[in-house]
Amino acid sequence: MISANISAIFYLISGILFILALRGLSSPESSRQGNLFGIMGMVIAILVTFLSVGNFSEAVIYVLAFLILGGAVGSYIAFKIPMTAMPELVAGFHSLVGLAAVFVAISAFQSPSVFGLGTPGQIKLASLIEMSIGASVGAITFSGSIIAFLKLRGIMSGSPVVFKGQHYLNLLIGISIFVLVFFLCKTQLSYYFWIIILISFIVGVLLIIPIGGADMPVVISMLNSYSGWAAAGIGFTLENTALIITGALVGSSGAILSYIMCKGMNRSFLNVILGGFGGESAQDSKEKNKEQKPVKSGNAEDAAFLMKNASSVIIVPGYGMAVAQAQHALREMVDKLKKNDIKVTYAIHPVAGRMPGHMNVLLAEANVPYDEVFELEDINNDFANTDVAFVIGANDVTNPVAKSDPKSPIFGMPVLDVEKCKSVLFVKRSLSPGYAGVDNELFYRENTLMLFADAKKMTEDIVKNLE
Amino acid sequence: MEIDPFIFRFSIFILSIFVGYYVVWSVTPSLHTPLMSVTNAISSVIIVGAIIAALAGSPGKIFEMSNIFGFLAIVLAAINIFGGFLVTQRMLQMYKKKKDKKK
Repeated sequence: MISANISAIFYLISGILFILALRGLSSPESSRQGNLFGIMGMVIAILVTFLSVGNFSEAVIYVLAFLILGGAVGSYIAFKIPMTAMPELVAGFHSLVGLAAVFVAISAFQSPSVFGLGTPGQIKLASLIEMSIGASVGAITFSGSIIAFLKLRGIMSGSPVVFKGQHYLNLLIGISIFVLVFFLCKTQLSYYFWIIILISFIVGVLLIIPIGGADMPVVISMLNSYSGWAAAGIGFTLENTALIITGALVGSSGAILSYIMCKGMNRSFLNVILGGFGGESAQDSKEKNKEQKPVKSGNAEDAAFLMKNASSVIIVPGYGMAVAQAQHALREMVDKLKKNDIKVTYAIHPVAGRMPGHMNVLLAEANVPYDEVFELEDINNDFANTDVAFVIGANDVTNPVAKSDPKSPIFGMPVLDVEKCKSVLFVKRSLSPGYAGVDNELFYRENTLMLFADAKKMTEDIVKNLE
Repeated sequence: MEIDPFIFRFSIFILSIFVGYYVVWSVTPSLHTPLMSVTNAISSVIIVGAIIAALAGSPGKIFEMSNIFGFLAIVLAAINIFGGFLVTQRMLQMYKKKKDKKK
């Protein structure tokens, strides 16, 4: 058994190691070492916890057994999961953090003496507030992440679910949670605690259902942030420095990612949360679509010819590439082009895909060196000096309307200037508008060649034609 | 007058938010997905609370309600810890430079 002071020092050390783990991610070279720091921090925290409890009952066998069970399941998932399923996986993991926070809060509420928080019915006021906040945020994270998971997995439709008075209902429930926490503190009655958890589960669902599929990058980042705040809440309850530091780190990390994603769409956070984006305008543009504008469409042969005669090509991947799993075929195509001394780079929009950095991971999986992959602001000026832009599975993020039409719902959103290239190849299954429900003006441009096909199939055909 | 220990913890919390703010802004955008999976893994340090809850109680009384919730939380957090760190490692292994490939 080690003293509380010594274990506090070790918790501080593991907190610092977690900071270094995030610091490592500032460049791919230092990132692997950073991850090791993170693992070390976790091992220290767990060992110290065992040592600080000291007098083991036979429960220790169960603790180890459950630890190994969870570890085995987690490892299995980590090795089996395809990279294209990363967004769902992260959403799923968030839900587990949330639920774990709820469970720990329940334990603390049931046996406060174990954590030195008083006795049942006589829990310290501050602890009671902290554990209700931890449990409530944890529950919201859990049910919200489950909905996000179902939407990403396609089990639930990605279109926003909206009904009248939705926001007032959310507001009302939100206020009622605070009222219940107040009564819980006043009376210490356990059923208030259970009602708080139950209502928070409902809030999580209501919060995420109105948000559409294309806004998922914001949702995932936001839930990431919530899972951090839930951990911090529990950290205050348990008076544990490692948890407080980690909670704050994760909370601010998720908040920053949400901010970056919102900025990538030129929308306010509130606007995303209130949801319902893309519903009505989608129908508008469908009607407009009926006055058929001329579109040039081509096949793999045309595309191969154009690229073979180019001296530089920029690839613009989007969610469609992930859906079609076209990243490996794409890499093959690029290899062929490079053999012909054509300069190829990749341009990634901040909100391409369904989570921050989604496209980067897929390209990395296909062995694309990361120094050929550029962010929007670093590459946007290059389109003007480039022969061919190859847009694969992206749509809204290339729409020039965002720069020209103040009435468009995506006006002001930073977009990739693909139209400045000499020619644009657009791989897409149909002319349908993207998630924002806005028709892409680019389809009808003189220098655009539409390639109507599945992204993977088309890319493979182009590869054949490049032989 | 003595300062409540809560204030110290609150100070740590606020300072950590600032540290997090500056550290996360320095993360390169191409590593945002590994950032999410690693933050996921480290937030599962909540397992320390679960272990304390699960280990509590005297012999013969290890299946009280708080223990059971502790056990459940251990499983969930362990899935996250192992899953989170391993999947991050797997992703980071894929980020290679051009030079490495040519070797």
